[in-house]
Amino acid sequence: MRTLRGRALFFVPALALLAVFVVYPVVNTVWLSFFTSEGQFALLGNYGEVLSQPEMFDPRGFARGFPYGALVHNVMWIVIHLPLTAGLGLVLAVILREIRGGAIVKSIIFLGMVTPMVVGGVILRFLFDGNVGILPSLMSIVGIPRRTLTAYPDTALFSLILGSLWLWTPFSMILYSAGLETIPDYVYEAAVIDGASPMRAFFAITVPMLRPVTGVVITMTFLWVLKIFDIVYVATMGGPGGASNVLALQMYMYAFREFDANSAAVVATLLMLVALAVSIPTFRSVRGEQP
Amino acid sequence: MRSMGVFARTRSSTIALYVVAGLAALIWLIPFLGVFMASIRPLSEVLRGWWRFEQFNPTLRNYAGAWNHPAAPLGQGMYNSLRVAVPATILPLIVASTAAYGFARFRFRFRDLLFMAIVALMTLPQQMIAVPIYRIMRGLGAVDSYVGLVLVHAAWGLPWIMYFMRNYFTTVPVEVEEAAKVDGASDLRVFLQIVVPMSLPAVASAAVLQFMWVWSDFFLALILVYSPDKLLATQRVPLLRGVYHVDWGVLSAGSVIVMMIPIAVFAIMQRYYIRGMVGWTSK
Repeated sequence: MRTLRGRALFFVPALALLAVFVVYPVVNTVWLSFFTSEGQFALLGNYGEVLSQPEMFDPRGFARGFPYGALVHNVMWIVIHLPLTAGLGLVLAVILREIRGGAIVKSIIFLGMVTPMVVGGVILRFLFDGNVGILPSLMSIVGIPRRTLTAYPDTALFSLILGSLWLWTPFSMILYSAGLETIPDYVYEAAVIDGASPMRAFFAITVPMLRPVTGVVITMTFLWVLKIFDIVYVATMGGPGGASNVLALQMYMYAFREFDANSAAVVATLLMLVALAVSIPTFRSVRGEQP
Repeated sequence: MRSMGVFARTRSSTIALYVVAGLAALIWLIPFLGVFMASIRPLSEVLRGWWRFEQFNPTLRNYAGAWNHPAAPLGQGMYNSLRVAVPATILPLIVASTAAYGFARFRFRFRDLLFMAIVALMTLPQQMIAVPIYRIMRGLGAVDSYVGLVLVHAAWGLPWIMYFMRNYFTTVPVEVEEAAKVDGASDLRVFLQIVVPMSLPAVASAAVLQFMWVWSDFFLALILVYSPDKLLATQRVPLLRGVYHVDWGVLSAGSVIVMMIPIAVFAIMQRYYIRGMVGWTSK
């Protein structure tokens, strides 16, 4: 009995902190999302209301261009970012393993990973600035007028997506690098003896053997992009005119600028549901490795 | 490096790999280099292009300007950030390791289910707790105080630290602990005197990652801390940009100062950082 009570004490501090500062707030947010901004219980009615706001989804965008609404911007961000991050990370990991000095290049690339995202936002804003940035300057050489790319509706979101790719690819590169170490050399040696070309070895051995890593990379990248906030807040504040707005930022605006906790709760709950849905395959593998 | 290159078999393909690697290094370096150059050069030179060196008068004035900025002195912000990041690293490490040990060693009903539920919390967006957390802290009179922020960071860090530490504990051989228990040592004694000393590498990995995340956090600080003298370093960076035009020198210097801490931690603890990063996602 005494050991039982002693053993319970191992869990009490953690469970108490989680209950008060994570679980209760989550339940409370879901509860808040069922009420309209006027305080009326609407169950899912509020979701329809919030999703039809132009800052969330703006169908006029399809005729006129940006903004399309935060929801569409997040989807675009994920669709563009996901394959590029995974592909670039894999290619870089493979190449940098082959060459002398690859470790140094890896360290340089990895700087993006340890940079606070607020600073990342400043760096991107600087990179794309019409007066001092190198990218608009390079583009002007080929005749594209020099302008601050984050300040125009048609380029703001794409600039941020490009920047986020630069900041996040180190993550997939490092996971793929670790994954490559698990592929035994003799597999490649056998392929070489059989006369396989490097390209064929890459697609027939490397890619399939790294499939579990790819699963993790895709999941974690999806979650990161879904929750993206800091770099948007710092570089564009979702502007101009909402052209680079995203869900996490819109939630913040609802909650702490417009003091509309219920609309904010709807956005947060949607983010959570998507995040959970995306992570289910990863949970399965967690369960699979239980002792 | 492998003895035999798989993808670099001919001379030309080797050269191609080096060219691609060099380009990648350049692409990833240039944005950092730009901000660094802007931080050590007068604005007049930066406006002509930080990559041009006809004139080059490096100065530390921007760093002094950011550190003692009239509206948002970054020196104070760095001190504040440390005051949050250190306790917000130590507290969850203690709490999470203890519970993680319980999940690794004790048997009880619904153990795995409870652990799965806690792991699932890792995927939550911070937006999901923002409004209730603000209200709870206001109720406790802990809004705009570091106690509240540290508690939230601690709770938020628990799921992944528990996951990471439990995975580590399951790899530690159990025989030594059992021998100690036969000799009459209590669970707590076994944990503190045998398990913790054996787990210091894992603790270091978790500490490095948690510290960097708390240091880099912006969102939680944004909603919980707002007095000008209490703002953390990350909150002050956007305030350095200036009023009428963007003061790139001071803004860049401030950015460099704030990112120096995680870069230094990474440089010193690289091995633990990578192990934490990789072990945490794909075991």
